[in-house]
Amino acid sequence: MKKIEAIIQPFKLEEVKEALKGIGIDGMTISEVRGHGRQKGHKEVYRGQEYVVDMLPKVKLEMVVPAARADEVIKTLVSSARTGKIGDGKIFIYDVAQAVRIRNDDRGEAAL
Amino acid sequence: MTKLCGLLSVAAGALWAQTAPDKVAALEGAVQSAQSAGDNAWMLTSSALVLMMTGPGLALFYGGLVRKKNVLGTMMQSFILMALVTVVWAVAGYSLAFGEGNVFVGDLRYLFLNGVGAAPNADYAATIPQQTFMVYQLMFAIITPALISGAFAERMKFSAMLLFMILWVLIVYFPMAHMVWGKGGLLNAFLGGKVPCFDFAGGTVVHITSGVSALVCALYMGKRKGYLVEPMKPHSMVLSFIGACLLWVGWFGFNAGSALGASALASSAFVATHFAAAAATLGWLLAEWMRTGKPSVLGGISGCVAGLVAITPASGFVKPMPALFIGFAAGVVCYLMVTAVKSKFGYDDSLDAYGIHGAGGTLGALLTGVFATNQVNNALKDAAGAPLPLGLVDGNAGQVANQAIGVLVAWVLAIVGTLVILKICDAVIGVRVDPDQETEGLDLSMHGEEGYSYEA
Repeated sequence: MKKIEAIIQPFKLEEVKEALKGIGIDGMTISEVRGHGRQKGHKEVYRGQEYVVDMLPKVKLEMVVPAARADEVIKTLVSSARTGKIGDGKIFIYDVAQAVRIRNDDRGEAAL
Repeated sequence: MTKLCGLLSVAAGALWAQTAPDKVAALEGAVQSAQSAGDNAWMLTSSALVLMMTGPGLALFYGGLVRKKNVLGTMMQSFILMALVTVVWAVAGYSLAFGEGNVFVGDLRYLFLNGVGAAPNADYAATIPQQTFMVYQLMFAIITPALISGAFAERMKFSAMLLFMILWVLIVYFPMAHMVWGKGGLLNAFLGGKVPCFDFAGGTVVHITSGVSALVCALYMGKRKGYLVEPMKPHSMVLSFIGACLLWVGWFGFNAGSALGASALASSAFVATHFAAAAATLGWLLAEWMRTGKPSVLGGISGCVAGLVAITPASGFVKPMPALFIGFAAGVVCYLMVTAVKSKFGYDDSLDAYGIHGAGGTLGALLTGVFATNQVNNALKDAAGAPLPLGLVDGNAGQVANQAIGVLVAWVLAIVGTLVILKICDAVIGVRVDPDQETEGLDLSMHGEEGYSYEA
């Protein structure tokens, strides 16, 4: 099993969700996060006082999928979340040791 | 039969003789009560509009400008004055402001609102119950100290603020209101003041006193912890935006209501007020756009408030075109005050109570001496009943000097009074919260609550 963690532009969330649904992935956890990589922040001015805002709002999606499907999911994520500009985000992939469904104690891929 | 006819005609004659003056008296009474009803309706509406300026208007405007952790504490600083000042006003405030007294302060004739009822007080407003006049003026006494809270935002102890505000209305506001608007007051142009100063709705009484006191507070209390190091940007421009729009609307009660009746003068003040707000919005935005490259929403709403402040003393004395000029000037001047001047001197007037109310009020009070005209307000008449010239545009150049004296009195009273009050509060309670409490925020440390709860 692989855990796929994608940090994307917030406005791309719906498009990405639809694309994932299209390949049969509809379980995921999302959170609103802030951060930046190479994308620089922006300047705000309030009554002459300047503030540099470099932690930009992003959305983080996390999902665990069977290892065999990981590449397909990653391809879908990349194509649906991409605008081609700095700030599109990143994807990280981890190995998952075990998964447990709390309701009935299913283990492994059966729990996904 | 003839006797009876004679008797009847005598009786009819007597009846006719009685009826004519009776009818006139009845008509006069009906006209008077119709005017009273109209004026009273407008003045009660105005009273409610002015209260709306404090809560929610100012509470939202200021509340949005502070950090998230201080939103409730800041709103409470406005709201609590709606309660606190009302009680002080009922007990002694109205009397100290509007009792005849001496040139500086009123006497105690209206203590506990004694004798303030349905009968009008002809010295102030002959067509409305004195009770209406009293409650209308109360709303001014509420918002004025609330304006100061912009200067010490995010760092004043709630208990110290309560003591400060009680003393401030007693020592600064009531005397200033008496001097300018009270019968026999030093600066009252219409009721026997020695230095006739025109202040229609409170340029000196409201905005200079609060704005200058705000500067004193900012200097005395020092900067917020982390000022210019930590980010302190407004946590919700949306709240501030709504607040500013409510202030703009409420200000019609403030200025047009100061005509104290539903008169043509009220219409004139309404128009002047609106025009000044519009021009000031554009003035501030233009200055900002040229200087920083972007017209900000905060700039627009700050500009409208600056214009409303500056037109306040002038609103019942000037024509629409001077109102546009006063507003535009206030927009540009106040923009420079809160940006260039504030950063040059380095004081932390957190929400720019001085930069907008102190500076805008001073500018407006002085320009009132220039543009006041008897074509708008003919309340001052010579012995023959002809209206007297008011401002420079009427040929009365000396009025600018009178206005300057009024401004000076307001500045001195605000500086000295506020400094003394701060010393007292500091000695008795301590004006500033602990550094830990300041870091935690006023919402939790003062009130035990949070403005935005994510667990709920």
